[in-house]
Amino acid sequence: MPELRILRTYVDVPDSHTIGSYISRGGYTALPKALGMKPDEIIETIKKAGLRGRGGAGFPTGVKWGFIQRDSKKPIYLCCNADESEPGSFKDREILERDPHQMLEGIIIGCYTINSHKSYIYIRGEMPYGAGIIEGAIREAYEKGYLGKNILSSGFDLDVVLFRGAGAYICGEETGLLESIEGKNGEPRPKPPFPAQIGLFGCPTIINNVETLACVPHIINRGPEWFSSIGIPKNTGTKIYGLCGNVNKPGLYELPLGIRLRDLIDEYGEGIPGGRSVKAVSPGGSSAAVLSADELNITMDFDSLAAAGSMLGTAGVTVMDDSTCMVRVAQNLAHFYRDESCGQCVQCREGTWWLEKMLTNIEEGKGRMEHIDTLLDACYQMRGTTICALADGCAMPIESIVKKFRHEFEEHVRLGRCPFERKTLGEWM
Amino acid sequence: MPFTDSLRERIDLIVSGSETRQSALIPVLREIQNEFGYLSNESMEETARILGIPPSSVQNVATFYTMFFRKPVGEHVIWLCRTLSCALRGAEHVEHYMCERLGVKTGGTTTDGKITLMEAECLASCGTAPVMLVDDKLEENLTKEKVDRLIEGLRKG
Repeated sequence: MPELRILRTYVDVPDSHTIGSYISRGGYTALPKALGMKPDEIIETIKKAGLRGRGGAGFPTGVKWGFIQRDSKKPIYLCCNADESEPGSFKDREILERDPHQMLEGIIIGCYTINSHKSYIYIRGEMPYGAGIIEGAIREAYEKGYLGKNILSSGFDLDVVLFRGAGAYICGEETGLLESIEGKNGEPRPKPPFPAQIGLFGCPTIINNVETLACVPHIINRGPEWFSSIGIPKNTGTKIYGLCGNVNKPGLYELPLGIRLRDLIDEYGEGIPGGRSVKAVSPGGSSAAVLSADELNITMDFDSLAAAGSMLGTAGVTVMDDSTCMVRVAQNLAHFYRDESCGQCVQCREGTWWLEKMLTNIEEGKGRMEHIDTLLDACYQMRGTTICALADGCAMPIESIVKKFRHEFEEHVRLGRCPFERKTLGEWM
Repeated sequence: MPFTDSLRERIDLIVSGSETRQSALIPVLREIQNEFGYLSNESMEETARILGIPPSSVQNVATFYTMFFRKPVGEHVIWLCRTLSCALRGAEHVEHYMCERLGVKTGGTTTDGKITLMEAECLASCGTAPVMLVDDKLEENLTKEKVDRLIEGLRKG
């Protein structure tokens, strides 16, 4: 079955990032339609389409937009979260670099809907190429009158600003992102209050993911019924799945929500290299609980994965073959979260550090049997106890790895060394 | 290192376009690092003066974000991804090979001052792993030959 491309239709076309290309294929035709609608009608349309946030949480976008009090005396902001940093996720990068105007059109429609006249696109510091493309796209949109004063003679004004990060995973957390734009460390804020009440510079703010916003013009143009007919109930539309790790054909695949994980790996990823088989899969970015080989019939949607104790997250799928040492996988992940913890909460600051330390000891053959339960206890104490979800994002995959591959941990302890022949996580082809 | 008039003008432009003086801080630090290659204590103090905020606020931010350097680095900076999807496709071998070729440990700079090798967390290009960011350019699907070619180019450049 070929991909069902909506957002990716033109990514392989030369100059697909330019406004000329976008307009030639019907781009910026949703905007005048939206500007002719009442904000409540747009919110109803997005709700009816069933669009859920593509940044990880899967929260209904229309409902989120509805949280904004549009007659607020303070300015209202919309921030586009282009801080794609979740290990295993690389879908937003393509939209940003190859077809950014669909996202920008989504931003303008979103801002009109929530009565915002200023929007920030927060792009991570490690995406200099994408930043240049977005800068160009914003300039083009001003030149064509899609941004600035009195957009398309509607009386609606909007400025869009690109903000470049400087290297911090935590700025992808929505309130960490706001702190960063304010010129501070990206330390997440306790919630409530939610950003829709008190967000950027103390004003009502909506934060939406790149892919979410890119869906918006398509929904306005083709109607909510069209969008909700794709996928499965309550999980509608397409999703850009990222496939990486030990697969023959890694890459991005846009398919309806609810596709079977096994089909994604076998049909689109063309299976596992070297005649090997799957040992484990991280289905939704590294913060998702890992699935084992006997769970591959699961469907890739928000609700099915949540029911299985994992999450769709960003739908960045990392495949690990049967030669992979799962202790080493857990150690690699713990290192990431330890490095990226902002340090505000003790459970996270200490927890990620201890997890990495204990996992390194076990990997190096210095662990004891009781340490395996200590790992689980640390994960338990990190879950749901901190300001943001980073600690959960570390605890969930590690807890699942320890529970589902406990025999590997025990073997490391029993032998006093790593039982795997290879001393690295992967081979270099 | 004194701030040139041109740098001051660019900083003024950032400040005048920012909603608060504090919110100009990250773009201003980026601009200063572009100019000098890193953030010296003197330039952080000058930043604090320009923005009218305590120097400690500048230090606080400069030490939080990994892309800000507080010591001089090489002419070229390589950020090599170490995170899971790259590791599954050999990033540890790439790192070892590059350290050997450059004669540095990760985090170090070659003796000729040309190249600094840094370890990065996920660069959001997992489908083309292993990857690294070389200055402003992402290099994907790294092979030994590609790494050799890139290092050669940087040494000459």
